Amino acid sequence: MRLRPFVALLLLTGASAASAADLVVSAASSLTDAFQAVGKAYEAKHPGTHVVLNFAASDVLLRQIASGAPADVFASADQTAMDKAVAAKAIDPATRKDFASNRLVLVVPQDSKAAIGSPADLKADSVKRVAYGDPASVPVGRYTKAALEQQGLWDAVSAKGVLAQNVRQSLDYVARGEVDAGFVFATDAAIMKDKVKVAATVPTPKPITYPIAVVAGSKQPADAAAFEAFVQSAEGRKILSGFGFEAP
Amino acid sequence: MDSLWVPLLLTLKVALWATALNLVLGVAVAFGLSRWRSHAREVADAILTLPLVLPPTVLGYYLLVLLGRRGVFGEWLDRLGIELVFTWQGAVVASTLVAFPLVHKAARAAFEAVDPQLESAGRVLGLREAAVFFRISLPLAARGITAGALLAFARAMGEFGATLMIAGNLPGRTQTLSVAIYAAVQAGDDRGAAIMVAVTSVTCVVALLLAGWLAPAHLRRSRP
Repeated sequence: MRLRPFVALLLLTGASAASAADLVVSAASSLTDAFQAVGKAYEAKHPGTHVVLNFAASDVLLRQIASGAPADVFASADQTAMDKAVAAKAIDPATRKDFASNRLVLVVPQDSKAAIGSPADLKADSVKRVAYGDPASVPVGRYTKAALEQQGLWDAVSAKGVLAQNVRQSLDYVARGEVDAGFVFATDAAIMKDKVKVAATVPTPKPITYPIAVVAGSKQPADAAAFEAFVQSAEGRKILSGFGFEAP
Repeated sequence: MDSLWVPLLLTLKVALWATALNLVLGVAVAFGLSRWRSHAREVADAILTLPLVLPPTVLGYYLLVLLGRRGVFGEWLDRLGIELVFTWQGAVVASTLVAFPLVHKAARAAFEAVDPQLESAGRVLGLREAAVFFRISLPLAARGITAGALLAFARAMGEFGATLMIAGNLPGRTQTLSVAIYAAVQAGDDRGAAIMVAVTSVTCVVALLLAGWLAPAHLRRSRP
């Protein structure tokens, strides 16, 4: 009967598995803190619904959804990822709306003594490593690449590039002082004010806007649409602006 | 084809270094433990086996906290001019740590299976301790150690989690095959990923076959 505690444990863990009222929201990494708050506020208004949040780089989320992951809402950090989702028929294009905007910033470790005040300063020999999202799969990396290409700095900076899997990893590398500088969103820099400082706000060729849409295969499209509407409501906007996100 | 050869050569370099380091470290520690008579021995063994059971991301985190620029030993390493974070040497450290228990466990079992009477006979015939180790214990344990080293090589070839955390994803410098595959899958480059997956699988199988075919022949000649 030594199996008994093991079986009890199995049953206990099984009881907490997903239930029918779970609303799965796949959101870009930069939305982590904001959407946790939005999810709580939504649950308070809709007591029957449990919001399950899934954060990763936008293209990773898109790949999961396109492969049939049971998500209901998709919120990405750039239009490219959402365009790919439309092309893959992963979302319902009629529900696509921009709900927030952001800014790209260059951050350095809080105690950095390097003279970095603009992206052009990254060309200096004293700057060895610069972190940014992998442009192939991370929106903040695509914004970074486009901004640096516009300024003619991409070749020089990418030679020192450390590719991160999502924006929060770039932020972590800077906060730990493992890189000399990194590109993140203004909202990410704001949550680690004690460890990183903003050296410059970097203009991007295209504005940084966040689209949201209901996933095409959602089993509860009405609930998903209600969540999307809540994000864009006055209350939702207020929560988002509390984390530094601006109106689109 | 650079996108394939560069990560492949880097992966082989990292895996070979990790295996070589583990052969020295794993054999030395295993021999020491197999001759150590103390209750602390099993505690030491358990700690040394931890890398086998801990998630690689936990190991990567430990390495980052210990060896990073601001880590516990960061300043010390910096003074010695050793940089591990975001370098291929960092990938070697990660692979070595992850594969260490495979060599250590195999080597310890092999040393404990060596008949102590043979070692005693060597001493009676006037061999010094070093000679007893290199001419009796090590050759007798070589088969088990080789088996462990092969597993360690294959494990190092496939190491991903700890490597990504400490060595990062720097194409051409620290991007090993497994990291390149991960990046390709995330970016939706299924074709690139499929080619690299096939190359990794074939390389591992060939390495295991080749070594398995070479090692016994060599050992057969050197066996007493």
